[in-house]
Amino acid sequence: MIGDLGLALLGGGVGGLGGDGALGGAVAGLGGPVGGQLIDLSPHLPILPIVVPLVAGALMLLLDERVRNAKAVIGSLATFALVIVSLMLVRAVTGQGADGVALVLVYRLGDWAAPFGIVLVVDRLAALMVLVTSVLGFAAFLYSLARWAVVGPRFHSLFLLLLMGLNGAFLTGDLFNLYVFFEVLLAASYGLLLHASGRARVRAGLQYIAINLASSMVFLIGVGLMYSVTGTLNMADLAAKAATLGAGDLALYKAGFAILVVAFLTKAGMWPLSFWLPTAYSAASPPAAAIFAVMTKVGVYVTLRMLMLASGDSGDATGIVELISPWLLIGGIATIIYGSVGVLSARELPRLAAYSTLISSGTLLAAFGTADERVIGASLYYLVASTLAVGAAFLLAEPITRRKEVEPVQVVEPVFGDDFETNLRSEFEGYEVGVVIPASTALLGGAFVVCALVLIGLPPLAGFVAKLGIMSGVLAHEVVVSATSWVLVSAMVFSSLAMLLAFVRKGIEAFWLVGEEKTAEVGSLEAVPIGLLLAMCIAITLAAGPSMRYIDLTSAELTAPGVYSGAVLGEQR
Amino acid sequence: MAIGIGAVAASGVWLVLRPRTFQVIIGLSMLTYAVNMFLLSMGRLRIGDAPVLESTTAIDPAAFADPVPQSLVLTSIVISFSMTALFLVVLLAARGLTGTDHVDGEEVNA
Repeated sequence: MIGDLGLALLGGGVGGLGGDGALGGAVAGLGGPVGGQLIDLSPHLPILPIVVPLVAGALMLLLDERVRNAKAVIGSLATFALVIVSLMLVRAVTGQGADGVALVLVYRLGDWAAPFGIVLVVDRLAALMVLVTSVLGFAAFLYSLARWAVVGPRFHSLFLLLLMGLNGAFLTGDLFNLYVFFEVLLAASYGLLLHASGRARVRAGLQYIAINLASSMVFLIGVGLMYSVTGTLNMADLAAKAATLGAGDLALYKAGFAILVVAFLTKAGMWPLSFWLPTAYSAASPPAAAIFAVMTKVGVYVTLRMLMLASGDSGDATGIVELISPWLLIGGIATIIYGSVGVLSARELPRLAAYSTLISSGTLLAAFGTADERVIGASLYYLVASTLAVGAAFLLAEPITRRKEVEPVQVVEPVFGDDFETNLRSEFEGYEVGVVIPASTALLGGAFVVCALVLIGLPPLAGFVAKLGIMSGVLAHEVVVSATSWVLVSAMVFSSLAMLLAFVRKGIEAFWLVGEEKTAEVGSLEAVPIGLLLAMCIAITLAAGPSMRYIDLTSAELTAPGVYSGAVLGEQR
Repeated sequence: MAIGIGAVAASGVWLVLRPRTFQVIIGLSMLTYAVNMFLLSMGRLRIGDAPVLESTTAIDPAAFADPVPQSLVLTSIVISFSMTALFLVVLLAARGLTGTDHVDGEEVNA
């Protein structure tokens, strides 16, 4: 069953087969009507974030590279549809069911009951992550249409398949299915990283692929160990079975869990496992790098999900949280410090953004390490704000460097030097950026300031609210504030200072230094996505009340995983 | 079995840490084999037993092999095989662009 689905997914990705043949099933919501309009689709809502990009991506594989406009239209429609679907998902899990329990949508693939078949689970956290992914995906896709989509083959399909893998990883409730979705998103990301080719990209890609293949092996070893003692792969069922294990089996289970978390932390870029990240992210083409900003968050998300499920309603019965949390805390703090030093040393804007990704990951992991409900709530808010801002920073980097006469890092270099590439290259050089909007420099400057404010965490924007929330949560955590809490808070302050210095330096260099720069030409297709992302950052600041309420409820739901596992396993209990 | 897996995995790790890209690929493949065998053995090794239930009457589950690890291994073989193929292509591109097969794209002693 699991293998079949994995193969079907791969088949759909590679050969354009698939579609929604393997699907069909029922929603077992916990009471309450689900969704409003679109009566036909509403029971199948949870699968849509996976099916839509899969079908669109497969469809575009069939089209020739020359029908670029058709591809652009299909892709934009699909990514926009994803935004709508994820908004509907968020709406469906907001509010409470008839009996006052939070809503969790469970979608059983093939209608097999939970521990036997694969389920997709939508709770507040998953819906939030899918929403962030879709918004960022939509923006990055629009941006890519301006220039980057044409520099190499099959950009659109790879991009949509990456979105599919991301959404699948956020939604699935099955450990091995998670592995399959990880591989789907990684395979697409290899292609996207190498997109537009060039020496720097191939070099970074080589290391990136090697490290990810190795971490996939680690992932599988962890899965194998956990399966061997519990006999299940369902995340909720795993947590339930683990509580009943004997001492010997529990030790194996813990070892498996720890190995699994190592694999996740490699993707999340925790300090000793993160040296591949800055090179790879800063070498990628801007739209790809922007969507890569979510990819580290997949690791962060899964770590949080597994940890919270393991903790259980009646406290930490298996001792897993006790085992993992200190590592997360220490590793997170180390990541923040490494990222801060990296930010100070970065000379190009993409590299600066890549190190900001690391700081964001580190802050999140350290916050999860405290295992405190308030801290986790604030850190989820930080996750949304920082992901959007880092994405915007990657998109901004290229138009800003375009002003200078320096040789940009992000050049297109042919690999094989054949006609196809030469054609692409000439098209790239003479490609119109759409309507060139006036006052580009002012706009770029403004966008840069907003983006930097969110990342640094200066008032009045979202980054400040989030960081303040984490710090106050950490400090209110206990009566006598422990040494690690102080270290965490000082590391966060240090990282803000480092980012402030780095961004100010970059800003002065990019906008104020008088040189022989050209006027930046920013097309509308590039300005709109950046504006959209930054507008979202500002929007969650303005609507801090409602969004914080949603996120507080999310973290309340996470710290009481009984609702989640109840919904998943509810049918046969 | 355990010794075999350990030996293959150890050689794989050693090769992955080598500086030449081709050695890294061979190392990754060996790691893959080791992990696949590990996964298969996690379902308790049984020889000559069917993984599929034959009838709906009451049966003794202990007489059957566990089908889940088999399907897991099948999936992971397919995935890692295709990833290795992709890695090979990247290796060739890197060789073409940098003129060396060192993983950093440049010779250390050169």
